[in-house]
Amino acid sequence: MCTYLTEKITVAGSGKGTASWFSLTDATVYLDHPQHAPAEHTLNIDFLNPAQGPSARVAVELTAESARALAQAIEATLESAPPGLV
Amino acid sequence: MNDALIAETISITGHGGEEIEAYLARPIGREPFGGVVVIHHMPGYDGGTKEITRRFAAHGYAALMPNLYHRDAPGASPDDAAATARAKGGVPDERLVGDVGGAADHLRALEGSNGKVGVIGYCSGGRQSFLAAVSLPFDAAVDCYGAFVVGTPPEGMPLKVGPIVHLAPNLSCPLLGLFGADDQYPSPDQVAELDKALTEAGKPHEFHSYEGAGHAFFATERPSYRPEAATDGWQKIWDFFGRYLTA
Repeated sequence: MCTYLTEKITVAGSGKGTASWFSLTDATVYLDHPQHAPAEHTLNIDFLNPAQGPSARVAVELTAESARALAQAIEATLESAPPGLV
Repeated sequence: MNDALIAETISITGHGGEEIEAYLARPIGREPFGGVVVIHHMPGYDGGTKEITRRFAAHGYAALMPNLYHRDAPGASPDDAAATARAKGGVPDERLVGDVGGAADHLRALEGSNGKVGVIGYCSGGRQSFLAAVSLPFDAAVDCYGAFVVGTPPEGMPLKVGPIVHLAPNLSCPLLGLFGADDQYPSPDQVAELDKALTEAGKPHEFHSYEGAGHAFFATERPSYRPEAATDGWQKIWDFFGRYLTA
């Protein structure tokens, strides 16, 4: 089948879509068949603003290895930030 | 061989009398022709499935693919529409039957139609092809690795669908099933259970499971593509539709 566990979170920030930057309100993280990446399954992240319609979406499709590396890089970057910055 | 065709985006009347987008490909100069409703996979009303739709027209069938996500994301690109539909739990069964029924009616009303219409679907569309064929009158149906005809989605899956194998006695036409032996959704056991249910219901069907193939072995743009299984599968489809949708 095509779809597995989906994590939904609320987020604050901005993303750049096909037209322009827009405010982000939601993100979904899920394992699924990709639209574009050359892999059977990928870890997909959609950054969304559903109030602005389906096209307000920044999508990435990552191999599992890449997704783990990204998660570690994000954590490491935040951990190493000077006190008071984040 | 005359394989001339014309393909275009049209509007058809779907579930609840609502107008939805659809992709029509039909042969030129080869009337009368049978019709095929093509049900797209979970990634949506995309280029790959439009290519499949044109392939049917090249082989002499009028083929019509309704955009099942039209209401969820009108005008959006197929991938954005698929993400929206996915977040909503997929296409409701009742709406699917209405949209596929509208597509079948449109095909039967085409000038040059021989009045026979089949249905084929891939991935989530495989289940939906079976659902359409147990809910509506068709002359032939093809289920390409449709999951959850038997069984329910695992806990946590956003897909809001249930098993429909109990509807096997309502099947309106012969069914061709094409599956990958390495697929887990549907698993070989689930395929066997559907086979058994159809046999017990006295419904004509033929199933083929390909060794070395998993889910989506027809999808040429994906690593899951298996040329040998896909080539043989296409031949099975031509034989099957040739038997039930022509003359």
